[in-house]
Amino acid sequence: MSRALFFRLSAPLAALGRSVLGLLAAIGRVTLYAFEALSHVFRPPFYPREFAAALLNVGWLSLPVVGLTALFTGGALALQIYAGGERFSAEAVVPQIVAIGIVRELGPVLVGLMIAARVTSSIAAEIATMRVTEQIDALVTLSTHPMKYLTAPRLLAGLLVVPALVAVGDVIGIYGGFLVSTGSLGFAPGSYIQNTWDFLTRADMISSLAKGAAFGFIATLMGCYHGMNSGRGAQGVGRATKASVEAAAVLILAANFLLTNIFFAA
Amino acid sequence: MIELVGVHKGFGAKQVLRGVDLSINRGESMVVIGGSGTGKSVLLKCILGLMEPDSGQILLDGQDVREAERDAFLARFGMLFQGGALFDSLPVWQNVAFRLLRGRLKRPREEAREIAVEKLRRVGLGPEVADLLPAELSGGMQKRVGLARAIAAEPEIIFFDEPTTGLDPIMAGVINELIREIVTEMGATAMTITHDMTSVRAIADKVAMLHAGKIRWSGPVGEMDASGDPYLDQFIHGRAEGPIETLR
Repeated sequence: MSRALFFRLSAPLAALGRSVLGLLAAIGRVTLYAFEALSHVFRPPFYPREFAAALLNVGWLSLPVVGLTALFTGGALALQIYAGGERFSAEAVVPQIVAIGIVRELGPVLVGLMIAARVTSSIAAEIATMRVTEQIDALVTLSTHPMKYLTAPRLLAGLLVVPALVAVGDVIGIYGGFLVSTGSLGFAPGSYIQNTWDFLTRADMISSLAKGAAFGFIATLMGCYHGMNSGRGAQGVGRATKASVEAAAVLILAANFLLTNIFFAA
Repeated sequence: MIELVGVHKGFGAKQVLRGVDLSINRGESMVVIGGSGTGKSVLLKCILGLMEPDSGQILLDGQDVREAERDAFLARFGMLFQGGALFDSLPVWQNVAFRLLRGRLKRPREEAREIAVEKLRRVGLGPEVADLLPAELSGGMQKRVGLARAIAAEPEIIFFDEPTTGLDPIMAGVINELIREIVTEMGATAMTITHDMTSVRAIADKVAMLHAGKIRWSGPVGEMDASGDPYLDQFIHGRAEGPIETLR
């Protein structure tokens, strides 16, 4: 086989190899970044004002979008379960399935994705703009470590406040199902709440909060990582923002699968 | 005070600095000139440790800057960035007092604010500016705030990156005068990079020209016009014809 023919035939394999190597290198870079960022969370100096601002942005200001998403999803879930259950006379399971569906899966995942859309994008765009306008360099010359000042407070806020958002989302999601079920499907309010409460276990709630912490970490980490590594100019900021949301959404769904396996696989 | 010996820096296949040798004495105002893309900003960032040189040495008071304790090293510097690089989420006074509100130079909040207002006054801005956000300021005012931030902690060494870029000629003149006055009254060592020849004549004690990754010429500003170097002559007179290749 001639040399030229060999190279032509192996070109697709070489391209595949380059992509795999690129992916592995990216995973390595993100992992190292995550470890470094986490180490800064626990080492002084600490920046309480930046942490408070991050808590406000990630948590408090996300409440409206999280609440509305959970409310509508809970309502829609109740309607679907009722319609599906009706086919084999199992309409009565609506409170239980809404509760389990929201607490175990939809609550954490929807909150995670909403945080990815709202918070990851804003963190990435803000830090990327700081990168292209030399504000990150200015931080360094002012003896302030960008990882401590920008990444650590946001990461900690994501870890702590997203579980709380998930808890709020779970409650509002169940309330959405409750409203639809009692308003138009003929369920009695008292027994709906009793059935929901009786069916949920401590493990369901712990898994929900643990997923929230993991998704909060992923969402803020991706925002910070892509922002810090942004390219130049407006295009660089745009690409960093897009990449951060894509990566956060995919990683949240992958982590959800992994955590569901850990918590609930027999 | 600052000495660069054989500093090389490249990005991929492109070699930007090809062995820069330069020394700046204490209390001296050195201006580095050179065309766009000749590596002036890279040189400055290498000194500050914002970029790692590929080879060569950068010495501060005889000590390699890579061996210096980072916080103590940076505490000696102030820097005015080309675009100001003001933190747009913080009001003006917190930008100016940034270093005084955290870290090893931390002061009580009220005291830090007083110092910030005083530094703003020094650069010609009134106390009413202190609570504005950077986005509410004009380009010239942002440069002044950047200058106030650079001098807030009274550093020994101040770097100025293209201090007059984007300003009208009158405002550029004001900034040049301010830089000269402040550097003289603080007794600071200054390094400015620019391609604005009015700035050079207003600010410099010494001039160094960076071309093709090396220092092409350096000497006192008074000797610049009679250097006899064709590259420097072309640059300072802004001629399109000459040994420096230009794109048309």
